[in-house]
Amino acid sequence: MTMEKELKVAALRNGTVIDHIPSEKLFQVISLLELNNVTNQVTFGYNLESKKLGKKAIIKVSDKYLSQDEVNKIAILAPKAKINIIKEYEVAEKMQLQLPDEILGVIKCKNPKCITNNEPMITKFRTIDKTKALFKCHYCERIVEGENVEII
Amino acid sequence: MAIQSLVSITDYSKEKILQILEKAANFEKNPNQQILNGKVIATLFFEPSTRTRLSFETAVNRLGGRIIGFSDARTTSGTKGETLKDTIIMVSNYADLIVMRNPIEGAARYASEVSSVPVINAGDGANQHPTQTMLDLYSIKKTQGKLEDLKICLVGDLKYGRTVHSLIQAMSHFNPKFSFIAPKELEMPDEYKLFCKEHNIPFEEHTELNEANIADADILYMTRVQKERFTDLFEYEKVKDVYTLRNKLLENTKPNLRILHPLPRVNEIDYDVDNNEKAYYFQQAKNGVYARQAVICDLLGL
Repeated sequence: MTMEKELKVAALRNGTVIDHIPSEKLFQVISLLELNNVTNQVTFGYNLESKKLGKKAIIKVSDKYLSQDEVNKIAILAPKAKINIIKEYEVAEKMQLQLPDEILGVIKCKNPKCITNNEPMITKFRTIDKTKALFKCHYCERIVEGENVEII
Repeated sequence: MAIQSLVSITDYSKEKILQILEKAANFEKNPNQQILNGKVIATLFFEPSTRTRLSFETAVNRLGGRIIGFSDARTTSGTKGETLKDTIIMVSNYADLIVMRNPIEGAARYASEVSSVPVINAGDGANQHPTQTMLDLYSIKKTQGKLEDLKICLVGDLKYGRTVHSLIQAMSHFNPKFSFIAPKELEMPDEYKLFCKEHNIPFEEHTELNEANIADADILYMTRVQKERFTDLFEYEKVKDVYTLRNKLLENTKPNLRILHPLPRVNEIDYDVDNNEKAYYFQQAKNGVYARQAVICDLLGL
């Protein structure tokens, strides 16, 4: 018996698929990867049904293979995302998400009294707990939980 | 080698803490020495402070160093829009060491990264004030003869009080027991309770400052319950007197108990306590000079 799944977003010939993004994080992932500034074809689905997440989002980027660094950045916003590299309509590689130990210039510190919000400078966070996704501002030492992360 | 600075109490290992405390004890025996001769120390106070600034300046003066700096940010180029980075780079061209207080959190860490000379954090907003912690440790060791296995009661504003947070981190090396005594609105943040659990540090929580809750304490660390922390002033009126320490409350405490307070004290310690032999907060402030002399000389490799 064959299971045919209806594709909600067009199939990809070559490129990267980022699946299982929590819906509310979709636009942040797009801006994190600067997909709003590329000339590649990008398609995305939003509020798709997902057994695991309830509502999920998916992004397909044509002719672009994400680097491990880019993939690791996605882990900050969507630790459960699945990332597949597609070549000729086939999954050529499943990339593993690994939270970086040090995150430069990605996360905005939520503390308005933090120096990073008062000087022209690059933010720096350390991942202090990879399973709970806890990040600590290197400067003001406040801790932010993964789900509350705000991207610059 | 990177320039050494003291920004956060967690920059110090247990060994380093003990080494600084020993150095401080030597300065207490002989606080007037000419070892900072020819050195220029900058004290940059972007917000007012009397005790901390005078204590640092006394520490430097007694060791023969010279001081440049300001105690009011309105007299600086910051008012013209100069960044902290530029101010620090400029001052580090002039001085051998920078002492900075700044209301912006993380300012000291950033300053230490752009400065070419050591930076001592003399308070960055609600974040860190490591020399206060060093003088607290010095006072605890001096009055108890040791740092290990002590029962420490922290009283008052445990939510915003940076001194109590740093003290927990620093004491974690010495097998302490803690008791947190605070009104519900100002209780110890989860972050620090979690820190205690992760380091197997036992702690109790109480909402009342009474005889039973301080009966087995070695150190009673009082902090100020600040009116401006309350959204509901009715709540403040209810708790403000509950957290006032009076002589009567101390009658059945342990003979070795000492009362510490980072000062300024307002009404949380009644004046009748000042003459009690267990009151130690003024000597504690005096110890700040020795602790700061030790930190300064350590950073300058002296």
